[in-house]
Amino acid sequence: MGIYVPSVELIARVQNGEPAAIGRLISRAESGLAEARGALARVHRLAGRAHLVGITGVPGSGKSTLVGGLAQRLRAGGEKVGIIAIDPSSPYSGGSILGDRIRMSDLSADPGVYIRSMATHGATGGMARAALEAADILDAAGFGVVILETVGVGQDEVEIVRASHTTVVVSAPGLGDEVQAIKAGLLEIADIHVVSKCDRSDANRTLTDLKQMLTLGAHEREPSAWAAPVIGTSAVSGEGIDELCEAITGHRDVTSNTDAGMARRKGIAEFRLRKTAENLLYDRFNDAAAAASAKLAEQLMRRESDPYSLAEELLSTTLEGEGDHERDVHSKSA
Amino acid sequence: MSQPIRVLLAKVGLDGHDRGVKIVARALRDAGMDVIYTGLHRSPEEVVTAAVQEDVDVLGVSLLSGVQMTVFPKIFDLLRASGADDMIVVAGGVMPDEDVANLKKMGVSKVLLQDTPPQTIIDTLTRLVEERGAR
Repeated sequence: MGIYVPSVELIARVQNGEPAAIGRLISRAESGLAEARGALARVHRLAGRAHLVGITGVPGSGKSTLVGGLAQRLRAGGEKVGIIAIDPSSPYSGGSILGDRIRMSDLSADPGVYIRSMATHGATGGMARAALEAADILDAAGFGVVILETVGVGQDEVEIVRASHTTVVVSAPGLGDEVQAIKAGLLEIADIHVVSKCDRSDANRTLTDLKQMLTLGAHEREPSAWAAPVIGTSAVSGEGIDELCEAITGHRDVTSNTDAGMARRKGIAEFRLRKTAENLLYDRFNDAAAAASAKLAEQLMRRESDPYSLAEELLSTTLEGEGDHERDVHSKSA
Repeated sequence: MSQPIRVLLAKVGLDGHDRGVKIVARALRDAGMDVIYTGLHRSPEEVVTAAVQEDVDVLGVSLLSGVQMTVFPKIFDLLRASGADDMIVVAGGVMPDEDVANLKKMGVSKVLLQDTPPQTIIDTLTRLVEERGAR
């Protein structure tokens, strides 16, 4: 490319499926460049056809390997697959090592699969800030399924469910008993449960624990169109991948034209709107708070005032004159 | 730009020695860069596909098997074919002086030989990205 290509000029090439243009526009989205805002707004209007599949689970549960297998299976069915694989940034240096691609190396020569690694860069909830913008870009480039793989999460990083059309939660054998399975959080959000590494001898126990967890109190709930299945998979034998693929398609069909599906889509839009506003507010607050907070922190350290009062003061000093910012919203980088 | 420098580190061909490239990956991470590592035994096609999809600032290829004069021409051809010829390409490993000179002619921005201290690698990549400017 050599010289700087304006972002709007990349759009036609993105729609054409050119990898270099797709890659560059995702980079611009990631850096929050003001110049890219208009192009991303147009891409957002072009997108909306892809099925967004969120894959989440604890670190080392086999998410990336599963994504690799799933993408291969979807390719065999003629679907173009975009993958956004998120790994953590260092809390110390801000740097990262993004290694999810290694587990997907069977896909690495297939032009119908686009893999993009992303670091969290301080975002919480298991996602990266630009993940949904990247999903829009891949969507506009004609990838029919976009898989979002979160960082290895803990028990309550569940943002993915508010962003994806179908959420798959991956559990690995040997990480807990039936009480672990009825805890609140991660396991509640699954549209589909996967127990990976099913070639291991203790996998049946985990499958049973999850299945039983799902039956508890089932008779008291309204019957719904979708019952979350529990699927055992193995990367060694390839077991379960067909079943997972069918479950994802089944969930897409059940939720695409129904009231429940519409409610979910509306929820996703609302989440995205609020998250974007939150990020803008966060950036503006951080820019403005740097100077004021040092002085107030000293008062707090000497116990001349209390955290709540000083926080209120910090908020009112940093966010005053907010009206002036409104015109800048579109030009300021996120 | 506030965004960390993105680097793809690759091992190409039948070379199984990856301790060096892992040390470099770790050093770059600790310098605040985003590092994508491809793992061992990649083909030039796989490496360039990954580098283009990841839109990295720097593609670093580590070679300890002596095949640099076969691998790098292929990488440059593929980068040009993908419209990604603004990517900075660096080489790392053990290479004879005459190859170093030829690689530079071919377009390799810097050859970082086996005795290069990690800080020099960090400084070199930072400088190369700064010199390239916004993209």
